[in-house]
Amino acid sequence: MTRRLIAVALALGLPAIGMAGEYDLTVDRVKIDTGDFVKEGIGYNGSSPGPTLRFKEGEDVVINVTNNLKETTSIHWHGLILPFEQDGVPGISFPGIQPGETFTYRFPVVQAGTYWYHSHSGFQEPNGAYGAIIIEPEGREPFRYDREYVVQLTDKHPHSGDRIMRNLKSSPDYYNRQQQTVMDFFTESREQGFMATLRDRRMWGQMRMMKADIEDVQGFTGLINGKGPEQNWTGLFKPGERVRLRFINSSAMTYFDIRIPGLKMTVVQADGNNVQPVNVDEFRIGVAETYDVIVHIRDEQAYTIFAESMGRSGYARGTLAPREGMVAEVPELRKAPMLTMADMAGHMDHGDMDHGSMNHGGMDHGNMSDGAMDHSNMNHGSMNHGSMDHGSMNHDSMSQGGMDHSAHGAGMPEDPFYASGSGLLPTASNGGKFLSYSDLRAQSPLYEEREPTREIEMRLTGNMERYEWSINGVKYEDADPVVLQYGERVRFKFVNETMMTHPMHLHGMWSILDVGAGKWNPIKHVISVAPATTVYMETEVDAPGEWAFHCHLSYHAAAGMFRKIVVEGGPDEEVASGDAQAKGGDA
Amino acid sequence: MRTCNPWLARISALTLMGPAVVLADEAIDANSVNAFWGVSAEKFEYRYSDSDEKLAVIESDAWYGSDELKFRWQFTGEWEEAHNAWETLENQFLAQTPISEFWDAKAGIRIDTPEGPDRVYGVIGLTGLAPYWFEIDTNLYVSDEGDASVDFEAEYELLITNYWIVSATFETLLAFSEDREIGVGKGINSTEMGLRLSYDLIDRSFSPYVGVVHERKYGDTADFARASGGGTEDWFAVVGARLAF
Repeated sequence: MTRRLIAVALALGLPAIGMAGEYDLTVDRVKIDTGDFVKEGIGYNGSSPGPTLRFKEGEDVVINVTNNLKETTSIHWHGLILPFEQDGVPGISFPGIQPGETFTYRFPVVQAGTYWYHSHSGFQEPNGAYGAIIIEPEGREPFRYDREYVVQLTDKHPHSGDRIMRNLKSSPDYYNRQQQTVMDFFTESREQGFMATLRDRRMWGQMRMMKADIEDVQGFTGLINGKGPEQNWTGLFKPGERVRLRFINSSAMTYFDIRIPGLKMTVVQADGNNVQPVNVDEFRIGVAETYDVIVHIRDEQAYTIFAESMGRSGYARGTLAPREGMVAEVPELRKAPMLTMADMAGHMDHGDMDHGSMNHGGMDHGNMSDGAMDHSNMNHGSMNHGSMDHGSMNHDSMSQGGMDHSAHGAGMPEDPFYASGSGLLPTASNGGKFLSYSDLRAQSPLYEEREPTREIEMRLTGNMERYEWSINGVKYEDADPVVLQYGERVRFKFVNETMMTHPMHLHGMWSILDVGAGKWNPIKHVISVAPATTVYMETEVDAPGEWAFHCHLSYHAAAGMFRKIVVEGGPDEEVASGDAQAKGGDA
Repeated sequence: MRTCNPWLARISALTLMGPAVVLADEAIDANSVNAFWGVSAEKFEYRYSDSDEKLAVIESDAWYGSDELKFRWQFTGEWEEAHNAWETLENQFLAQTPISEFWDAKAGIRIDTPEGPDRVYGVIGLTGLAPYWFEIDTNLYVSDEGDASVDFEAEYELLITNYWIVSATFETLLAFSEDREIGVGKGINSTEMGLRLSYDLIDRSFSPYVGVVHERKYGDTADFARASGGGTEDWFAVVGARLAF
């Protein structure tokens, strides 16, 4: 145990932050060099990302945060269960930390796992104010590993957060450089026929929607632990070792699809909570989510950690290698996906829908002609290779309807967390297993299973053309807080009526994601909701006070996809923290 | 003042309720952004006609406000090199508010101070995105002389690539009565059609372009133009840039 800790500390190159409960952080202006560009940003203790904080479950931490900026700041301890006054959301938990002021956070650490911290003020987090948190469990962990690394991802953009927000408001497609062009029209016409392509464009044009609306903000450089693809963050290992990678997506706006070509990953933790191990080839990490995976590396060779953005407009890259300087091949970005009519279903008035013309012409082909043909959209595991002749499949026969769509539908991986026929449905690049929310099972249930006391519907709404985002059609500034009663178990129903994927984050209490596994449903702090889907989560309302609840895409939250949650009632504070302590700790 | 939104409700709430509301406002200010601004010039160009006319043209727009209410200042100017004078010099000060998912209504005043007689107009207008991505802007003007006119602009952008963009524009002016002093006849006055090929050189901030513009005057307006020695139809070659800050 001790040896492992030392190895970890050395490997991370951390200043030896011990298990003593007191930490100091300064908030500073820093220079961020991504390898592609250098910009002014905000960091902690002089760097971005800030230092990795290592807590121990059961300890009482004291964190002194000194604001060296000329503006107000704050730190939110993302995913941590703590008294609401320590949660760090200006205007909800506390007034914020004024310039020159030192604010002292104090809270008991009642859980274990991988989390992160970031500013909750303005666009300081996109500008660099984030860092990782590792909490050692009190007991033994239910899996073994020889060393571990934090792999903290972000999407660093040359523009400042304020500038990005303003540009999006002026012109919502400002950063979208994957829009369909005249050239695409010709290509598609050749492949699918002129009329089919025209019909497709007509449908989208009529609705004034874009199939390419997957990533609001393109043009970023993906960073791993602050290093751009060229700077190549490297984690060392010895052949034969099991390496635990603590993936944290600290992006402002970017979902990443992560793979390590040549290695299977065993997912052991999601959002800080242990899950029953799942072996995968690739997984998607929503903004603000964390996943811990273990890779067992037998060969003495380098491996690339490749994190493609969901819209394929950028990537982060790092390396696992036996020696410094060794590199592995960096894969090409795959072709950018396009939304399909299925992703529009939540948005469309069904009366307006032309089912006839929508059918297979507009919908499946766009997805199939390239996606399925390169086999990345196919689930080889569930497909019968024997009966399928890859050689005889070609663009022509497919686009002319030579393909049996119903049969194909059965062969395509279905995932309840994506609309059926969605253009966003991810597949593993090697044809293997792509992690789904449906695969997540709690290692040990955190709560007794019980009937929810009530259901609250949260429609995720917006107007892309105006870059307005809201919940139930109401923006934060116009909304009343959501009032919960202490002791309730509330079932939240998220209905995504927009064309974008939203990572919804509830502060202060766990989000029990309904994957249909009853008491084994995984416990998370971010629930990603894909377009045109309905996702349920339940929350044991066990934390009194006032909490934030919002989409974790920075510019969606700032544009109004945000709510205050007020938990009324509850025991006095002493009982509350004792209670939480009893419930925390899943390891 | 970061918030002016929703300004009326906010002002009345502040005066009626006091501190509780102010506190709630702080939370909103800290967690959402309600006011924005932008400055752009859709056209910033030099035009050279087949009849040797040379014009510098600027159409710019500055705005500040929220999703619910924006204030705009639109400036349009045409500087004629031969006369060393502003042939068109127009300032519009407008308030703009959404009326549907894709459409905004606007109202304000327009002050024309080109070479020759000045005019002040009341303006009401509609701007937004029509199906199939046509950007539409149309206004009804009533001048201080009591004359009414309507203008209509449509723009369509065709993406050759994600950086090479062809924009097609159409503008027309229709007057309900004659205002001989400023050369406006009754009926359709004029049309202007443009085709510009631009390249996004620095983000979308600086996009130089080249193009052609066709201008034509009709009816009485054409007669007035002929009478004052001007042409009624012109082809222009244009070179310029779209700017946005």
